[in-house]
Amino acid sequence: MRMKLLSLFAAAALLAACETAPETTGSSAGTGSTAAPAAATTTTAAPATMVSSKPAPGSSEEFVVDIGDRVYFGFDQYDLTADARTTLERQAFWLRKYPSKTITVEGHCDERGTREYNLALGERRANAVKDYLLALGIDGSRVKTLSYGKERPVAFGSNEEAWGLNRRGVTALN
Amino acid sequence: MITRLATSMRPAAFAPALTLTLIALLVVSATLAKVSPAHAQLRIDITQGRVDPLPIAIADFIGSTSEGDRIGREMAQVISGNLARSGLFAPIDKKAFIQTAAQLKARPRFGDWRLINAQALVHGATQVQADGRLRVEFRLWDVFAEQQMVGHAYFTVPANWRRVAHIISDVIYKRITGEDGYFDTRLVYIAESGPPDRRQKRLAIMDQDGANHRFLTDGKTLVLTPRFSPTSQEITYLAYYNDKPRVYIFNIDTGQQEVLGDFPGMSFAPRFSPDGNKVIMSMAKNGITDIYTMDLATRTIRRLTDSPSIDTSATFAPDGSQVVFNSDRGGRQQLYVMGSDGSNVHRISFGKGRYATPVWSPRGDLIAFTKILGREFYIGVMRTDGSGERLLTKGFLVEAPTWAPNGRVLIYFKQTPSDKQGRGHTSKLYSIDLTGYNEREIVTPLDASDPAWSPLIP
Repeated sequence: MRMKLLSLFAAAALLAACETAPETTGSSAGTGSTAAPAAATTTTAAPATMVSSKPAPGSSEEFVVDIGDRVYFGFDQYDLTADARTTLERQAFWLRKYPSKTITVEGHCDERGTREYNLALGERRANAVKDYLLALGIDGSRVKTLSYGKERPVAFGSNEEAWGLNRRGVTALN
Repeated sequence: MITRLATSMRPAAFAPALTLTLIALLVVSATLAKVSPAHAQLRIDITQGRVDPLPIAIADFIGSTSEGDRIGREMAQVISGNLARSGLFAPIDKKAFIQTAAQLKARPRFGDWRLINAQALVHGATQVQADGRLRVEFRLWDVFAEQQMVGHAYFTVPANWRRVAHIISDVIYKRITGEDGYFDTRLVYIAESGPPDRRQKRLAIMDQDGANHRFLTDGKTLVLTPRFSPTSQEITYLAYYNDKPRVYIFNIDTGQQEVLGDFPGMSFAPRFSPDGNKVIMSMAKNGITDIYTMDLATRTIRRLTDSPSIDTSATFAPDGSQVVFNSDRGGRQQLYVMGSDGSNVHRISFGKGRYATPVWSPRGDLIAFTKILGREFYIGVMRTDGSGERLLTKGFLVEAPTWAPNGRVLIYFKQTPSDKQGRGHTSKLYSIDLTGYNEREIVTPLDASDPAWSPLIP
């Protein structure tokens, strides 16, 4: 519930063109099958622990921690959820602010598909992210896509929570 | 690389007829002289589901030196292992043998072999020739009919003894089952190690029995989905060199790697055409994946599908006239067949669930696939029109069937679920008969996935 409110606040903040978006992980409480996972994975370098010192403006740390570098997808889906759009709007705002930055959008899948189909699905997810960033005014020449299919999971555990965290599009600064 | 040498060798001194075959390095010569007119009473029908394995005695091949004896012992072991793994033969423990291998050279005492319930008997000898070549001869006997079923001699460099043992295994398999064997073959696969998020993947190759294993890439670059060329001399696969997923060809003899084409997007899912002249692959761009072929001589690219869906995992029929692939154009992954020019696309799978990784049988009669239904993955086969679906095995994740060249056996990989720390995550190769019986692990040094079975080695 708390996360949900934060998310709404984030959206409102964005609409108001506020410069600092408070929501950090790009995820919100999960409801329904296509909802994003609730928590950051324990296996990646957890960005949420860096609350004491504020990341330098324009740094990749700021992009990951304050903006949110990833969005999540439903099973076998590539359409962007409302949460995903919110995150990408923050990303676009940040990218407009730092026009020299270029990015690679990585598309990833969970382990519940066949390898080659997942490579194609990851490419589709990366492009869904790219297309939205372009619609928000980011120049196409700044955005590359790369699919890893099911080859680079971030969350371990063969369960719904881990699969949800692995079905992701990650915007990586080059 | 095949040279057929017509040799008219005199039949060996002892009857019945012995067929002579020369193997020089990788050059095989099969000369079929007259074989003894034994009636084929001894026969296994491998189209039946569960077969009682045929008790077979395989004596150590005797040598003229202690080194020759050692090679002979190992050859008998390789042949025993091959036949046992097929599930169709039950090699009898050597300790039960009454007649010794040396005594066999004269003539089998069939009563001794009947006593230990051997229905078939294999024995042989090796001898290093004056020119340094190794001569290997073997005979297969029907113990109850007291008749020779087949006899061959081979000449090769001594280091090649293992291949001769595989070729002999194929001869025995064919003589008794009536089907071509599959033992003189290799597997290429992806060797895996490390935690799931930093999985190191390497191209690896080995004989079908696990011998002569070697890694072909160093693991620094992600590599996936290798497939042999029809001559087994090249492998086409996907590699992420410089973070660009592209289709490559690896030459096994030279170790050279070459990127195939400069597609604007990701190229992946490559397979050779049956004549080896083309590679069929997928290319993904702007969220759309379509199927293309590349002519290897002219590098001409031809587009076969043009839909806004994901069309991938395309594979040729063995006669090259058709292509089977999976597509989500109907909403979810299903199998489709089209002409090799992209014409007449029609869906063949209509069952529940999602269908993927179709592979045409080398016999042309069946298509093997991965199926995802509910929480399970399955390996199955169906006729080429989609009828007669049969599921052979299932698991948390089983994927990527590949056919033995005789179309009777499949190899696939099986992944186990992991816990939150990534523990329990394994990936191994398994083989299973087309009948759904005789499922066995193919032992590999590391974890393994994406297997591809070679044709019989030329």
